[in-house]
Amino acid sequence: MPLLIGIPREVFPAEKRVATVPDVVEKLIKLGFSVAVESGAGDAANFSDDVYRAAGAQIIEGAAQLWAASDIVLKVRAPSAEEVGLIREGTTLVSFIWPAQNPDLMQQLAAKKVTVLAIDALPRTLSRAQKMDALTSQAGVAGYRAVIEAANAFGRFFNGQITAAGKVPPAKVFIAGAGVAGLAAIGTAASLGAIVRANDTRAEVADQVVSLGGEFVKVDYEEEGSGGGGYAKVMSEGFQQAQREMYAKQAREVDIIITTALIPGKPAPKLITADMVKSMKPGSVIVDMAAEQGGNCELTEPGQAVVKHGVTIVGYTDLVSRLAKQSSTLYANNLFRLTEELCKTKDGIIDVNMEDEAIRGLTVIKEGNITWPPPPPKVSAVPAVPAAKAAVVVKPKAKGHGKGGEPSSPASMAIMFAVAAGLFWLIGAFAPASFLGHFTVFVLACFVGYMVVWNVTPALHTPLMSVTNAISSIIAIGALVQLAPPVADGLDRPDTWIRWIAVIAVALTAVNMFGGFAVTRRMLAMFRK
Amino acid sequence: MSGNLTTVAYLGAAILFILSLGGLSNPETSRRGNFYGIIGMTIAVLATVFGPYVTAAGLPWIVGAMVIGASVGLYAARTVKMTQMPELVALMHSLVGLAAVLVGYASYIDPAASANFSGAEKVIHEIEIYVGILIGAVTFSGSVIAFGKLSARIGGSPLMLPARHWMNLAGLLIVIYCGYLFAVSPSLEAGMVPLIIMTVIALLFGIHMVMAIGGADMPVVVSMLNSYSGWAAAATGFMLSNDLLIVTGALVGSSGAILSYIMCRAMNRNFISVIAGGFGSDGGKVVTAGGAAQPAGEVVSVTALETAELLREAKNVIIVPGYGMAVAQAQHTVYEITKLLREKGINVRFGIHPVAGRMPGHMNVLLAEAKVPYDIVMEMDELNDDFPTTDVTMVIGANDIVNPGAQDDPASPIAGMPVLEVWKGKTSIVMKRSMASGYAGVDNPLFYKENNRMLFGDAKKMLDEVLVALMAPA
Repeated sequence: MPLLIGIPREVFPAEKRVATVPDVVEKLIKLGFSVAVESGAGDAANFSDDVYRAAGAQIIEGAAQLWAASDIVLKVRAPSAEEVGLIREGTTLVSFIWPAQNPDLMQQLAAKKVTVLAIDALPRTLSRAQKMDALTSQAGVAGYRAVIEAANAFGRFFNGQITAAGKVPPAKVFIAGAGVAGLAAIGTAASLGAIVRANDTRAEVADQVVSLGGEFVKVDYEEEGSGGGGYAKVMSEGFQQAQREMYAKQAREVDIIITTALIPGKPAPKLITADMVKSMKPGSVIVDMAAEQGGNCELTEPGQAVVKHGVTIVGYTDLVSRLAKQSSTLYANNLFRLTEELCKTKDGIIDVNMEDEAIRGLTVIKEGNITWPPPPPKVSAVPAVPAAKAAVVVKPKAKGHGKGGEPSSPASMAIMFAVAAGLFWLIGAFAPASFLGHFTVFVLACFVGYMVVWNVTPALHTPLMSVTNAISSIIAIGALVQLAPPVADGLDRPDTWIRWIAVIAVALTAVNMFGGFAVTRRMLAMFRK
Repeated sequence: MSGNLTTVAYLGAAILFILSLGGLSNPETSRRGNFYGIIGMTIAVLATVFGPYVTAAGLPWIVGAMVIGASVGLYAARTVKMTQMPELVALMHSLVGLAAVLVGYASYIDPAASANFSGAEKVIHEIEIYVGILIGAVTFSGSVIAFGKLSARIGGSPLMLPARHWMNLAGLLIVIYCGYLFAVSPSLEAGMVPLIIMTVIALLFGIHMVMAIGGADMPVVVSMLNSYSGWAAAATGFMLSNDLLIVTGALVGSSGAILSYIMCRAMNRNFISVIAGGFGSDGGKVVTAGGAAQPAGEVVSVTALETAELLREAKNVIIVPGYGMAVAQAQHTVYEITKLLREKGINVRFGIHPVAGRMPGHMNVLLAEAKVPYDIVMEMDELNDDFPTTDVTMVIGANDIVNPGAQDDPASPIAGMPVLEVWKGKTSIVMKRSMASGYAGVDNPLFYKENNRMLFGDAKKMLDEVLVALMAPA
């Protein structure tokens, strides 16, 4: 008997999103589920009942009926008190819950003996979980919308222009917090042509800021702000002081500030003081994306856009809802991916597998028992599925070109030195003096060659070979001195033989000498910037 | 010119040779480096010719030999194609080897050369001659075979004689015994027999050594022969008590040895196993191929048109050339494509594996010939971290150097070999004639990866089509 997935209408004021969209309804039905949608659930996001019906969903009038019929309920916002009252025992609920902020809700839900998957509790660092990461998808929408709201309230162009009517400077945008929302805002503002700066307490996001066309503004203070799980943590007093100074400076310079700083489970940090607002140019805009958690700006009024000291402060808490069709589609896809994970058998039955790290993290109530918070996440580098995964051969870091490797072990060094010393002793003990002179030259030349050649860039290895080849025709000198030396009288020397041999040798090496240098020259002439 | 002046001139030449090699550290100074080499050689030759060891009677001979050799050499240098560089270099090594043999023999039959020696000095002198001829002969025959293999006159696959290691060992023992006979021989004639026997064995050894080495190990062999030609010159220098020869020979010898080492490291193999020949020579190819995990998945092929589409939409492109590009002579088309993409503002770079091609730096020379600017041609280590941000990687006629099996399949015969991590990019396109495996005989799991596409066909023809498709307005 396939389970029925129910989609209630969102009851939170001004919430326009809906937990699933018609396209996803079709996919859910393919997984074997039946789908029921409360009448009017998608109206605010421009999905009519008819479209849902066409996708195969059944339309149920009234929330009470829907909640009663559903085995699984997909929602956006955490259920209201009335909704909790409607839940049938044994139902599985998937929605945003924020268990840390809503302990009462958790108790009520547990009392109803339901299973709850909080989409906000997803272990986000797990790469497998990214497709289900609704926080990310919704934050991306919010970031985009924040820039659009800012542009709406701002009296000028974003991009710089030189027109017949005069020069327009580009808008300067400062974005506080480079999380998902911040990055989306950076990308959107940059693509509108603004000069974008951004700051985050986590230094590692600097590259991402730059890659989206922003400029990373550093706080002049050393402290690492990664708090685990991809969130930021509260910083020390010294850091906050330095940060405030940086914000004050930015406030004086920029036209638009978008703040996205959130710390999980805590009120939003107050980054922008009233004084900073006063210091901004008249007509500037602040979009406070943290308004729902109290706001990053002291003067923010959650849910409203107000003008204070000539600065428009946008504190909308429904940025995501203002783009309801887009955010609903993304959210529906996130939930679909989650449903897929829950229903690997594709037979319309879900299995809340607590062994699965992603599912374990999401599940905050399992059949009436509170299972939140989950055990600390394993380090994500450890493969979650050990079976059938070949061990990765750790690649030894290639030694830098021209640098020696790690020092050899003392034992092997000692042996090498002993062998070398033995050889040198043998040579010193038995070889005649004239040989020793040449031997000295030889060994030193080997070392010089070793040092010089390590500096040759790999791109020039072929020219190196051809030039050393040309140089090795120095052997011609050996042939030259044999060709017609001043011979002491009375010595029986096979002159003709030697001369011919030497002439051939000289001719051969001359091929090498001229050919080698010429071809090297030809090759090197080709290397250009 | 007095003996002292000659010595000083030699010293100057030696310094110039060192500067010459030093100049190659950077493409900008490299031309000057080559020039230093020419000056050094000129000084050395002139100082010898006008020095105390050459009488006027020799001058016509010298000029004649030089003119003949120079014209042949310059002609070869002018006409050689850049794809034939490895052959030319191998052939030139053989000349140095042969010259060393000739000089050794001439020195042996010249009574004036050993007139001043007696006792230990005489023995050492004879050993020097013996070793000089030995190294020269191995260099000569080995280089000739390498030339044959590189120019495809001889098949590229390794020749595996039964009991070849024993044959080599027996040869070595005979060489040592002949050396003993040679050193204690009372007369010139008595010494000649072991010397000739040794020469023949050395020639056979050189042939055998290179015959046993397969195509992709050629970079090691070529650089090793380069090294040998240097040691041969150094041995000749000892024989003739000439410091310039010793210094120059040592420079060339260590340069070749370092190149061999770099090449071996790039294949994660040690020098001995390359020289001992063949891949997986202990178990044989069948066993190694069967032991490695068979890759699973589907091969997705694309057309030239789709390739052009992918390239057009990319922001970052990396091109990984291999020997296949050299064979197909496709480097000019590659450059045309590069130019076009760069004009569109696409960041195109080249990733060169140290052993790509048939000699060290082979790919760099080909790309330089096609006028690809050297600052977008990167080494493997410089580029490997950038693949995750790369949209399209084009692999042109390369296989083993982009095999992910080297990293994640410990059973693979090439496990541990550093490779270009092209599979980490968004899309990789492998241009190949067929699904045949590379030199190492290993199937390449890259071809079966989800983000990989295969473009089958001759590299040059396919790239031409890609170029045409790119030039057409989108």
